[in-house]
Amino acid sequence: MRRRSVVLAAGLALLLAVPPLAAIAGEPFAVTLASRVLIYALAAASLDFIVGYGGMVSFGHAAFLGLGAYTVGIVASHAFDGTAVPLLPFAWHGTDSALIQWPLAMLISALFALVIGALSLRTAGVYFIMITLAFAQMLYHLFLTLPTYGGQDGLNLWRRSEIPGLDLADDVSFYYLTLALLIISLLILKRLVHSRFGMVLRAGKQNEPRLQALGIPTVRYKLLAFVIAGAFGGLAGALTVNHTEFVGPGLLHWTRSGELLVIVILGGLGSLYGSVVGAAVLLILEEVIAGWTEHWMIVLGPFLVLVVLFARRGLYGWLAGREAEGD
Amino acid sequence: MTDAILEVQGLSKFFGAVAASDSLTFQVERGCCHALIGPNGAGKSTAIAQITGEVRPDGGSIRFNGREISRWPVHRRARAGLNRSYQITSIFPAFSALDTVALAVLARQPHAFRFWRDARRDERLRRSARSFLDRVGLGDRADVRAGDLAHGEQRQLEVAMVLATNPQLVLLDEPMAGMGRAETQQMLDILRPLKGSLSLLLVEHDMDVVFALADVVTVLVKGRVIASGTPSSIRADADVRRAYLGDGA
Ligand SMILES: Nc1ncnc2c1ncn2[C@@H]1O[C@H](COP(=O)(O)OP(=O)(O)OP(=O)(O)O)[C@@H](O)[C@H]1O
Ligand SMILES: [Mg+2]
Repeated sequence: MRRRSVVLAAGLALLLAVPPLAAIAGEPFAVTLASRVLIYALAAASLDFIVGYGGMVSFGHAAFLGLGAYTVGIVASHAFDGTAVPLLPFAWHGTDSALIQWPLAMLISALFALVIGALSLRTAGVYFIMITLAFAQMLYHLFLTLPTYGGQDGLNLWRRSEIPGLDLADDVSFYYLTLALLIISLLILKRLVHSRFGMVLRAGKQNEPRLQALGIPTVRYKLLAFVIAGAFGGLAGALTVNHTEFVGPGLLHWTRSGELLVIVILGGLGSLYGSVVGAAVLLILEEVIAGWTEHWMIVLGPFLVLVVLFARRGLYGWLAGREAEGD
Repeated sequence: MTDAILEVQGLSKFFGAVAASDSLTFQVERGCCHALIGPNGAGKSTAIAQITGEVRPDGGSIRFNGREISRWPVHRRARAGLNRSYQITSIFPAFSALDTVALAVLARQPHAFRFWRDARRDERLRRSARSFLDRVGLGDRADVRAGDLAHGEQRQLEVAMVLATNPQLVLLDEPMAGMGRAETQQMLDILRPLKGSLSLLLVEHDMDVVFALADVVTVLVKGRVIASGTPSSIRADADVRRAYLGDGA
C-alpha cells in the first residue's frame, strides 16, 4: 500500500504544481506541454483499458481521438459560420458550448467504436491489429479527402469551447480542467476494471476459451469495453482540438496510434496510471531530444527497448513496485 | 425406460484422414458416471470438445435433455448446464484461487454487466466461491494466485470452477492427469459424492479410478465405440483386453 500511494500522491502533487512552477521559472510553454501530456495520457489510458486489461491490441486508437477532435471542430466551425450541420434531419447551426460539444465527441467516437469493434472482434491476435489499423487508415483518408472540412489542410478552431465560469482561452485554466477530466476518467476506468464487468474483461485476456466454456459470451463484453475506450478516446480528441486550436487528418494517422501504444507499453500495460508516466516521459523526451537532433527516434528507440527489457511492468510498475499489480 | 441426459448419435469428425469421431454413438444416463476410455489418440478429448461446442462436428447429432444442441455456441451450452474440465489445466493464472471461482459463480448469473461495485468486495460472490473452494479442499489457498498453485491444486481448482457453474452434466477430461497417489485419492473423494445429483462423463486412463467411479464404461478406438457396458463386463470383454487393457489387465 505505502509505496504505491506515495508514488501516486507525488505524481498528483507534481501535476498540480506545474502551472505555478512554470510561472516562477518564467517558462509558460511548460503548461502547454504539460496539457499535451495529460491529453495523451487520457487517450493512452483509454487504450490501456482494452489492451492491458482486455487483451485487445488495437492499432487504430487514434481514429477515436481524431473523430472526437473533428466532431468538436466541425460543430464549432458551423457555429462560427452560422451554417447548418449537414446530414441532420433538423437545422442545427452548431455550438461553442463544451457541455454539448464534448459529450457529442464522446458519443460519435463511441458509435464508430461500436461499428469498428463489431466488425473487428470477429478476429483476434495479429488480424485484430491489422483490421483496427485498416479502419483507422480508412477514416484518415476520409478526412484527408473531405474538402468541406479542410481536407489535408485541416480545420482551425477559431474559439475554444465555452464552459460557464471558466475561461478556456487561459492556458492555466485549460490545464486544470484537463487534469480534472483525466483524474475523473482514470477513476471511472479503474472502477470498471474492478467491477464484475472488468473481472470478465481481465479473465478474457488470460483465457478466453475457458471463459466461454464457463458460460460467458465474451464478445459482447469485449465490444462494450471497446466502445468505452472509444468514448474516452473521443474526449481526449475534444481536448486536443481545444489545446492546439486545430484538427487535421494527421491526428488519425497510424503513427499516432503507434505512439499511443508506445505510451501504454512504456508506462506499463494494465495499470492505467502508467499512461500518465508514459505520456510524460515520451512527450518530454521527444521535446528535449528534438532540440538537439531531428532524429529523436534514434535515441528514443533504444530507450524503449531498455524499458521493455528491464522494467517489464513498465515505468509505473517500476516506480510503484509489486503493489502496482493490484491496479 | 431410460432417462438420458446426453445422447450422442452418429457423430463424425475428421482431421484430414484421421477419424477422431467415426459414427460415434453413446448416451449418458441421468445421475450416472459414464466413463469414456481408449488408447491415446482414440478421440476422447475431441468427443468432449464437440459436446461442449469447442470443436464443430462434421456430422451427427448431440441432444442434451432432449434438445438438439449441436449448433449452439459454447457459452449457451454451458448455461444450459453442460460444463467441463480440461485434460491440460486451463485456468486464469493471474487471478487468485478465490477470484477464479468467483468468476465461475458470476458466469451462472444472467449477465455480468455490473460496472460500479468492486467484485472483490462482493460478499455474495465471495461467500459462494469460498464454499466451492472448501468443497475441493482449497479453502486455505484462497488468496494464492492460481498460476502459483501446485499442479494438483490447479486440478482441484478446475473442479471447483466447474461445480460453481451449477452444472447438470460435467465432462471431466482426465481429471487425475499428472497427479500422485494421494492427490488421486483426494480427487476421487471430491468426485464420488457428485454422482446422483450430477451426471458425469469421465475420460480417464487410470483404470482403478474408472472402476471406482463408473457405472457404465464405453471404449473408444479410432473414434469408434468398440464396447460399452458395466465396468465388470468391460473388464471381461476380450476385444477390449486386446485393444486396450493389455493382457495383464
Ligand atoms: N486440432 C486438431 N488437428 C488435427 N488433428 C487433431 C486435432 N485434435 C485432435 N487431433 C487428432 O485426432 C485424434 C484424436 O485426438 P484426441 O485428442 O481426441 O484423442 P484422446 O483420445 O483424447 O487422446 P489422449 O488419450 O492422448 O488424450 C488424434 O489422432 C489427434 O492427433
Ligand atoms: Mg485427450
